[in-house]
Amino acid sequence: MTMMKSFVGAALALALLFAGNAAYAIDPLPFKDRAEELRFQHLAAELRCLVCQNQNLADSDALLAKDLRNEVFEMMQAGKSDSEIKEFLVQRYGDFVLYKPPVKPATWALWFGPALLLFVGAIVLVVVVRRRGAQVAPGAVGEEDLP
Amino acid sequence: MKSWRFFLPLLGFAALGLLLATGLRAGRDPRLVPSPLIDKPSPAFSLPDLVEGRAPVSRDALLGKPYLLNVWASWCVACRDDHPVLMRYSRKPGALPIVGLNWKDEAGDAKRWLRQFGDPYAQIAYDFEGRTAIDFGVYGAPETFLVDAQGVIRFKYVGPLTDQVIRDEIESRVAAPAAGAK
Repeated sequence: MTMMKSFVGAALALALLFAGNAAYAIDPLPFKDRAEELRFQHLAAELRCLVCQNQNLADSDALLAKDLRNEVFEMMQAGKSDSEIKEFLVQRYGDFVLYKPPVKPATWALWFGPALLLFVGAIVLVVVVRRRGAQVAPGAVGEEDLP
Repeated sequence: MKSWRFFLPLLGFAALGLLLATGLRAGRDPRLVPSPLIDKPSPAFSLPDLVEGRAPVSRDALLGKPYLLNVWASWCVACRDDHPVLMRYSRKPGALPIVGLNWKDEAGDAKRWLRQFGDPYAQIAYDFEGRTAIDFGVYGAPETFLVDAQGVIRFKYVGPLTDQVIRDEIESRVAAPAAGAK
């Protein structure tokens, strides 16, 4: 029970930590309601700042990031969908601008590589464990072997 | 025990080393963003010239002759390395006209910069808001585009030009337009 409590506490602390880091637009934009602001922040968090490449558009205060945020905001005002806005940026800056690259042959290794490695690792593990199990005769390892 | 198994870790290490070596290979800039605009028609634009009294600079007015589009600004430090190369190139016989795209700059600062360092540009599009730069996928100055007579972007170079880049990447494409079209 106390374990559970401390786990929840740790999770809460973590959540707070990341909430403090959430995407706040650096320059205030005239959103008409909270939903629009959330949509904007969600979108800006998925787009990469081309100048400081390990930051997203929401967090960066580079001049170009500000321009691109304005561009995204204006496209939202013009009634463009999220995918239309992303397409606009991809046409100019390539897939690189998306933090979540599309699944296509060039990115298969990126998307499926980790799962494949995990799978291969699991097979190796199972094989090794089975062999060890077969090598050691039942009853050979007991408490009497321990010092 | 099969003896080849002892070589497995070594093999793994070699594979990892190879992977990392490829990543570090000289001349490969991880910050370089490949432009999706190569071999596509240049985006349409129409901007005032930085110099008052000159005609506006537009894609359509530039059609019919290849040119270089050079993105620069007075606040851009690397442009100071780029600029002398452009100055040298512009004096060469048979050089392509260089069209400047002055990016998010104060007109006064930009003009002072040209007085100080010289003006290699045939025309200078003044993009204060940076809209045209976004259409060209510009993410840092200097950037240079080679646009052919049909208005198609053939080549893009990010960073300060050098005489070698002018010779190997730009002049070679101009001399053999067919090669650039492949």
